[in-house]
Amino acid sequence: MNTSLINYTLHLADTALVMGHRNSEWCGHGPVLEQDIAISNIALDFIGQARNFYQYAASLSGNGATEDTLAYLRDVQDFKNLLITEIPNGDWAQTTLRQFLVSSYQYYLYQQLQYSTDEQLAAIAAKSLKEVTYHVRWSSEWVIRLGDGTEESHQRLLKAVDEIWNFTGEMFVPAAYEQELNTNKTGVDVLAIQPLWLHKVQEVFAEATISIPAKSFIQQGGKTGIHTEYLGYILAEMQFLQRAYPGAEW
Amino acid sequence: MEKDMEQMFQERIDKEIRIEPKDWMPEKYRQTLIRQISQHAHSEIIGMLPEGNWITRAPNLRRKAILLAKVQDEAGHGLYLYSAAETLGISRDEMYEQLHSGKAKYSSIFNYPTLSWADMGAIGWLVDGAAIMNQVPLCRTSYGPYARAMVRVCKEESFHQRQGFEILLTLSRGTEAQRRMAQDAINRWWWPSIMMFGPKDDESPNTIQSMKWKIKRFTNDELRQKFVDICAEQIKILNLTIPDPDLKWNETTGHYDFGPINWDEFWQVIAGNGPCNKQRLDARKKAWEDGAWVREAASAHARKRAERLAQKRA
Repeated sequence: MNTSLINYTLHLADTALVMGHRNSEWCGHGPVLEQDIAISNIALDFIGQARNFYQYAASLSGNGATEDTLAYLRDVQDFKNLLITEIPNGDWAQTTLRQFLVSSYQYYLYQQLQYSTDEQLAAIAAKSLKEVTYHVRWSSEWVIRLGDGTEESHQRLLKAVDEIWNFTGEMFVPAAYEQELNTNKTGVDVLAIQPLWLHKVQEVFAEATISIPAKSFIQQGGKTGIHTEYLGYILAEMQFLQRAYPGAEW
Repeated sequence: MEKDMEQMFQERIDKEIRIEPKDWMPEKYRQTLIRQISQHAHSEIIGMLPEGNWITRAPNLRRKAILLAKVQDEAGHGLYLYSAAETLGISRDEMYEQLHSGKAKYSSIFNYPTLSWADMGAIGWLVDGAAIMNQVPLCRTSYGPYARAMVRVCKEESFHQRQGFEILLTLSRGTEAQRRMAQDAINRWWWPSIMMFGPKDDESPNTIQSMKWKIKRFTNDELRQKFVDICAEQIKILNLTIPDPDLKWNETTGHYDFGPINWDEFWQVIAGNGPCNKQRLDARKKAWEDGAWVREAASAHARKRAERLAQKRA
C-alpha cells in the first residue's frame, strides 16, 4: 500500500470538499440570482472533484473505506486540506478572492497532474481542468470588477487580501508526501508552479488596481492535519448525521 | 372599441391561440399574470431556503451533490419565471421590492421549518409533487412565455419529486430511528402540502376569471383530489402512514375521501404567522441588502469599461 499516494489523494480530495462546503453556504444567499447559481455550480464542481479523489483513495486503501467513510468519519487531524479553504466566506470580496487564489493554484496544479504517471490522478485532473478553467475566469472577473468598481468594493477587496494572503503560501510548501510523489512523477512539484501562479495573480491584481502584499507570513499545517479552529465546526456540521446514526444507510 | 378588443382577445383564448408579449391584452389579464408569475418566481427563490438548510448537513456525498443541484435548479426556475414576468412590463427589481415589502406573496409551504433530513424527502415527494400537479397544466397556459417557462420547470420538478420519494424509501427501509424520522416528516408536511392547492373552489376569488382566460385549467379542489389519490397509493410503497384518519377509498366517487383541512392555519400562515415567515423574508432581505455594494460595484465597473472602450475608439 502506497501511503504517500493515499495521503496525497486525500489532500486533493479534502481541499476540494472543504472548498465545496464553504461555497455551498452561499446557496440561496448570493448577491444576484445569476451569481447564486454560479457559486452553487462551482460548489457542485468541487464536490464532484472531491468524490472522484475520495473514490480513488478508498480503492487504494482497500480496507472497506468508501468515499463517505473518508469524508464523514475522519476527524480534524486526519484532514489534509489547505487552510485557505476552511476560513469563513466573509463577504463577496473575500469569497471571490479566495476562489481566484485557489482556482488559479488548482489550474496550474491540474495542468501538471494530468501528465501524472498515475493514470487515475491524471484522468481526474484532466477532467477537472475544464471546470477549473471556468472557475479561474469567473473569479478573476469578480476580483477585477470589485477592485476596479466603487471605492467601497475596492476597500473591501483590500481587506480581503489582508485577511487571506497569509494562507496562500501553504500551497507551495510541499508536504513530505508531495515531495515523495514528486520524485517519481506521480505528483506535482508545487515549487515549480509557484511562479506561474504568482504571474497570474499579478496580472489580475494589476487589472483590479491592487497590489500583492509586500511581506507575508505563511500560515501552514493543513496538509499535515494541523488546522484552524474553523474546520472542527465544518466537520461537526457536515458529519452530524453519520455520527448521530452510526451505520445507517442514507 | 375596448369591448371589441376584449371580445377578440377572448376568441383567441377560446381557440387556444397563445398570447404573446406584444399582443393586446386586458389590463386585468396582465395584472393577474404578473401576480401569479411573480408569486411563483418568489416561491422558487424562498423555496431554496428550507432545503438549503440541509446542504451542509446532507448525510453523504451523493445526497449532498443531488440536493445542491436541486436547490440550484430552483434558482434557475426563479430566473426563467422572473424573465417571463418581465415580458409583461415589470422589472425584476420591482418584483423583489414587492416581495421584500410583503406586497407580493409566495407559497406558504416554505414558511414551515425543515427539522430533519427526512424533510428533504417529504418536500420532494409532497411539496414538489403538489407543485407538479399545479404546474403541469400551466405548460398549456394561455400566456406564451409563462407556458414555455413551465415546460422547462416541469421537466426538472419531476426529477425532484422522484429523488424526494427515493429519500423516503431509503429511510423507510432503514433503521427504526430512520423510519421514525420519515414518519415525523410526513406528519408535518402532509397538511401544509394539501393546502398548497389554495382555498376551496367556493372561496377562491380568482379562479373563475383565470379559468375563462385559460391561465388556470383545473380548479384548486380538482387538483387537490388528484394529488390525494396519488399519494394515498404511493404511501403504501413506503409502508408509512398519511396523518389523516378519514383518508379512505370511496367506491362511489372513485376517489379517496379525506378529512377536513384546517383553513385557520392556512390563513394564519398567509397572514404572516407561520413558523418561519419572518425568518424566510429576513434571509432574502439580508441577501439583497448585503449584495447592494456588489451590484453597485459591478455596474460601476461596467460603466468604466464602456468609457475606456469609447475613448480608445475616439
